[in-house]
Amino acid sequence: MNSLYYQKRLPRNIGDKFLTSLSVISALIAILPLIFLVTYILIKGGSQIAPELFTLEPNPPGDDLDAGGINPALIGTLIITSIASIIAIPVGVGGGIYLAEYSKGGAFSRFIRFGVNVLAGVPSIIAGVFIYALIVSTKILFGSMYSGFAGGMALSILMLPTVIKTTDEGLKLVPNELRYASLGVGASMYATILKVTLPSAFRSIATGVVLGIARAAGETAPLIFTALFSYYYITGFGDLFYEMGSLSVLIYNFALEPYDAQNKLAWAASFILVLSILSVNIFSRILAAFTEKTKRV
Amino acid sequence: MEEKLTLFKNRKRFGIEKNIDIIFKNTSLVLSSFVAIILLGIILVVFFQSFESFSRYGLKFLVTSQWNPVKDEYGAFTAIYGTLVTSFLSLLLTIPLGVGTAIFITEDFVPKVFREIIGSFVELLAAIPSVVLGLWAIFVMEPFLRAFFVFLHSFFGWIPLFSTEPAGRNSLLAILILVVMLLPIVTAIARDSLNQVPKKLRNAAYGIGASRWKTIFSVILPAALSGIMAGVLLALGRAMGETMAVTMIIGNSNVFSWSLLSPGYTISSMLANQFGEADGSQVSSLFYAAFVLMILSLVVNIFAQWLVKKFSLKY
Repeated sequence: MNSLYYQKRLPRNIGDKFLTSLSVISALIAILPLIFLVTYILIKGGSQIAPELFTLEPNPPGDDLDAGGINPALIGTLIITSIASIIAIPVGVGGGIYLAEYSKGGAFSRFIRFGVNVLAGVPSIIAGVFIYALIVSTKILFGSMYSGFAGGMALSILMLPTVIKTTDEGLKLVPNELRYASLGVGASMYATILKVTLPSAFRSIATGVVLGIARAAGETAPLIFTALFSYYYITGFGDLFYEMGSLSVLIYNFALEPYDAQNKLAWAASFILVLSILSVNIFSRILAAFTEKTKRV
Repeated sequence: MEEKLTLFKNRKRFGIEKNIDIIFKNTSLVLSSFVAIILLGIILVVFFQSFESFSRYGLKFLVTSQWNPVKDEYGAFTAIYGTLVTSFLSLLLTIPLGVGTAIFITEDFVPKVFREIIGSFVELLAAIPSVVLGLWAIFVMEPFLRAFFVFLHSFFGWIPLFSTEPAGRNSLLAILILVVMLLPIVTAIARDSLNQVPKKLRNAAYGIGASRWKTIFSVILPAALSGIMAGVLLALGRAMGETMAVTMIIGNSNVFSWSLLSPGYTISSMLANQFGEADGSQVSSLFYAAFVLMILSLVVNIFAQWLVKKFSLKY
């Protein structure tokens, strides 16, 4: 008779309680340090922010008085990430178009999709090693060795799989009826893709691409021996072919300096980097949630 | 009949448009094959650059721990050992935490709003650059854990893994920062595969009287196992190739030691440290090490993809 009621003392119920608390504990162990980490970075980095940070050059480590600013690194990150995007986005979107619109699931497209996944798993430092061997050590780019351009190319290798994947998946979500309608009124294949399918998948592709760019902006390993680092302002187009600083390499270099002023600069740079990456992520998340809601209505 | 014929005549497409169509298709074909070209290019370039070192040391490179640019003798055992130990041990710590957290998020212990907030927070953490984690590890984690390491050494010093006096940066710190990096990956993938298990399986288990955790262990986890395994393998690949945070905290020493409390090396941290300044046969040896790292991560990645394909859910 009693068996229909919940009995606390039953071994299975005790066991369940125990395992539930284990799961709660593991969630707490996982999440609390992470919350601590983010708030620490934001508070410690945020307290170093000053207006002249954005306009000054960093001083070479040694004189312990004033570390200067991070202007060249900030601009460098923007330039290197832009170069990477300019290379990776057209190639990636074009490749994704082929996979989603033209391929018929044959051996070639399966091989490419497999290759995309493998390339996504290649360690980021290997991309740097590859570009070093291909461009830096051969001085193939107008005789320049380390350059912002080489850094951008290394980053583009890391962005490419993300862009192809999001394009491929975004296009696959476009209903076939749209394609039939367009082809049915006599549009050619390329007109259908450019005027119908791509625009209707634009938002999901753009979200994925922006997240990929944000991810690339924080990458360090491919840059440390392709773009290297520079303490000086970027003044003109020619500087693309010389060493170029970036926020992430600045954090790496200055974190390992024994001087307090340089360390503070590293904290300030990580604040800017983390804040911009997190806000891009949160913004695209909100955008995605918003579009989902409007679709349901 | 004649009217129909003229209709068909007008449906002929202009030559230019036809050509554009063909050009468009072929351009996209070429662009998609770039992936394969780059992948093959990476493998070939790294292999040929390492050829000099490969022909000189052969497979002995993998098992000797001499790394001496002065005497020009190279063996990468210290770095390979470091790569394997840090990645596997960090994974060992991450799996229970990550899967436990994923179960916490997918079960209804707390209201859905909280679970969604926790879930998206964990995903956001995956976006934090590893160089920032390294900075944090140097200035916050290392001082914080120093006392704990001393304790670990004084009580468990008889175990070879903890046999050296802790002094500053060491492999155990690298393992812990890797846990922080891998946790979001494992949790997110485990959560997704747990969510994909159909509701009716759970209801069937409840219906025949299984308790919640009996259901989780005997029904839900086995059904989600392939997805979780694939996520774990992806995380393993990530851990092997992870460079910045590890380089900043592992201490970068080529002196071999079994102990986790002594400074160590991984292949990627060796590359990050030495590549810029290396010359002569050291460069070739570094390429050899890079080739080893690439093969390791390729094998793990391909195995993960095979696993997903082979054991993907069939409900």
